[in-house]
Amino acid sequence: MTAETVTEKARIGAPSIAGFTEEGEGLVAAKVDHGHNHGVTVMSSRAERLTSFNVADFPLPTGREEEWRFSPVRGLANLLSDTATDLDPAPAADFTVDAPEGYVRTPLAAGSAPRGTVLVPADRAAAVASANTEEALHVVIPADAEPAEPLRILVHGRGAGHRSNAHYVLEAGANSRSVVILEHTGAADHNGNLEVIVGEGAKLTVISVQLWEDDAKHLAQHDAQVGKDAVYKHIAVSLGGSIVRLNSNVRFSGEGAEAELLGLYFADAGQHLEHRSFVDHNVANCKSNVLYKGALQGKDAHTVWVGDVLIQKQALGTDSYEKNQNLILTDGCRADSVPNLEIETGLIEGAGHASSTGRFDDEHLFYLMARGIPEDVARRLVVRGFLNEIIQKINVPALEERLTEAVERELAASEN
Amino acid sequence: MSTLEIKDLHVSIETEQGTKEILKGVSLTIRTGETHAIMGPNGSGKSTLASTIAGHPRYNVTSGSITLDGEDVLAMSVDERARAGVFLAMQYPVEVPGVSMTNFLRTAKTAIDGEAPKLRTWTKDVKAAMQKLRIDADFTQRNVNEGFSGGEKKRVEILQLELFKPKFAVLDETDSGLDVDALKVVSEGVNRAHAEGNMGTLLITHYTRILRYIKPEFVHVFVDGQVVEEGGPELADRLEEEGYDRYAKGAGAATISAADAAVQG
Repeated sequence: MTAETVTEKARIGAPSIAGFTEEGEGLVAAKVDHGHNHGVTVMSSRAERLTSFNVADFPLPTGREEEWRFSPVRGLANLLSDTATDLDPAPAADFTVDAPEGYVRTPLAAGSAPRGTVLVPADRAAAVASANTEEALHVVIPADAEPAEPLRILVHGRGAGHRSNAHYVLEAGANSRSVVILEHTGAADHNGNLEVIVGEGAKLTVISVQLWEDDAKHLAQHDAQVGKDAVYKHIAVSLGGSIVRLNSNVRFSGEGAEAELLGLYFADAGQHLEHRSFVDHNVANCKSNVLYKGALQGKDAHTVWVGDVLIQKQALGTDSYEKNQNLILTDGCRADSVPNLEIETGLIEGAGHASSTGRFDDEHLFYLMARGIPEDVARRLVVRGFLNEIIQKINVPALEERLTEAVERELAASEN
Repeated sequence: MSTLEIKDLHVSIETEQGTKEILKGVSLTIRTGETHAIMGPNGSGKSTLASTIAGHPRYNVTSGSITLDGEDVLAMSVDERARAGVFLAMQYPVEVPGVSMTNFLRTAKTAIDGEAPKLRTWTKDVKAAMQKLRIDADFTQRNVNEGFSGGEKKRVEILQLELFKPKFAVLDETDSGLDVDALKVVSEGVNRAHAEGNMGTLLITHYTRILRYIKPEFVHVFVDGQVVEEGGPELADRLEEEGYDRYAKGAGAATISAADAAVQG
């Protein structure tokens, strides 16, 4: 893109897709590729969205708000109330940190830096999590360190309906190389904030894995600030839970930085899995790539992806791309997919977005089976192939294997 | 030597207007080594016959039978038919998102043979077959039929035919939408598969031009869900000259024979 083509602030929005069902011949996949609909949606810039540590600044959402319009807010009452973590008879969630000696520092109280320097709550859930976490876990990967094994933060909910608040601060020192896995199992009503500071030249991968039990609910805001020449990768993997809503946001503190926001989700009947990403190109010459892929099956399986990219006026030389792909396996599912791209300068390398939602329909099945492939194998083939693009970017073999198995289990469940 | 036998096949579909009978008693016998062409105007039920043989769920067989060496094909599921040796080259090959050609071809070959092909020879076979059909090497990395042009899809159908080595190949308007060069390449592929000597072919087409490259021994003219005339290759030549007009709608086989007699007499 050149200065001639984009000289004014443009919001490129696309409405959500509805109604994937195809009747009649149904020979082709339902596919919606969003074009650039300049000026279709009128709304203030993403940069103007309220952020605050004060819970009172965020009234209880009604579901009509832009940032809540896809979410089942009625089911989120416990998570959105300004309440402390349930401690009776035991804390609502157990936390286990697996990191090399000395990486885990003294917890951070609210207001003690670096806590609060990167993550300022952008919605009520994050604000209540912040307000109700007195001591935030603080993990520092020292400069130049290259831990051989991934660091792990394991969150295990002790029971559905029990309120849990968390805030983690993660610093990757200059030129360090590390992988951090944030894993969620069990069940709880869990509000979790993750604040990430990626130092100059560092490479950090954060993998947030949601392997919750069916009745867990989870709201999360993950904010990262990526330093000069640093590379940050955030991978959200959401398979379990009744409601999961994870916002993965990134901005830059130096030029030459790269951010990759990836996601994989598989929604079953009744599950609501929502992922929002926001790349704020506030610094020149940075790169970003966003790719979320999801599969849906069963009645009222609902997924949401909202991908915001803002290229600010000063962010010359930005190169950004975002894409969401959904694969609908059965009737009765709904996938909302909304890419938003705001460009305030034309002097950029590139800015693209794409969204497509395809149906795995009887014609696919017929084609594969007409080549001798049994039905169950055919289904697995399609879904595995589709999701594998994300799984293979995890680069932690044991985790890749576990997630592949988890996806297979999801598929097997649909055949029963 | 195998035999695919279709006897008095009646097939209907459900439409908004109710049940509609499309095939009204079709009988055909195809043996290994034979090539049969089924020709007919649009809407005569040619493609229905092809899809019914493969087991597409849209088509209901109301009476009649299809057997492969005496085995009841109609009792088999779609994948069982393919494993029994029936291959349908589809008129509109389906795009399958998320499945690479490589993965698809290997999975299908494994299913059909009952064991995984030896990786080294398999890769070589695939490559060689692709070259002969002038399919770019990068197709193996792409998803099944996704973004392929009409001609590319047809070549990939014939690629599968050559790799899977079925007992019977049903080619459903494989020639439609192909330019002359592609038509030649595709026909050569079918002829190669045929030359191996273990395949019978049912070639369904509207036009005669593919018959310049694939030579059938038997030609069946299909009108309104029935075979109205049968003959050798000379019948195709006649159709090329005269078209389907003389098989006016409603005209039965008997009438046509009489007309033929009059013309010849």
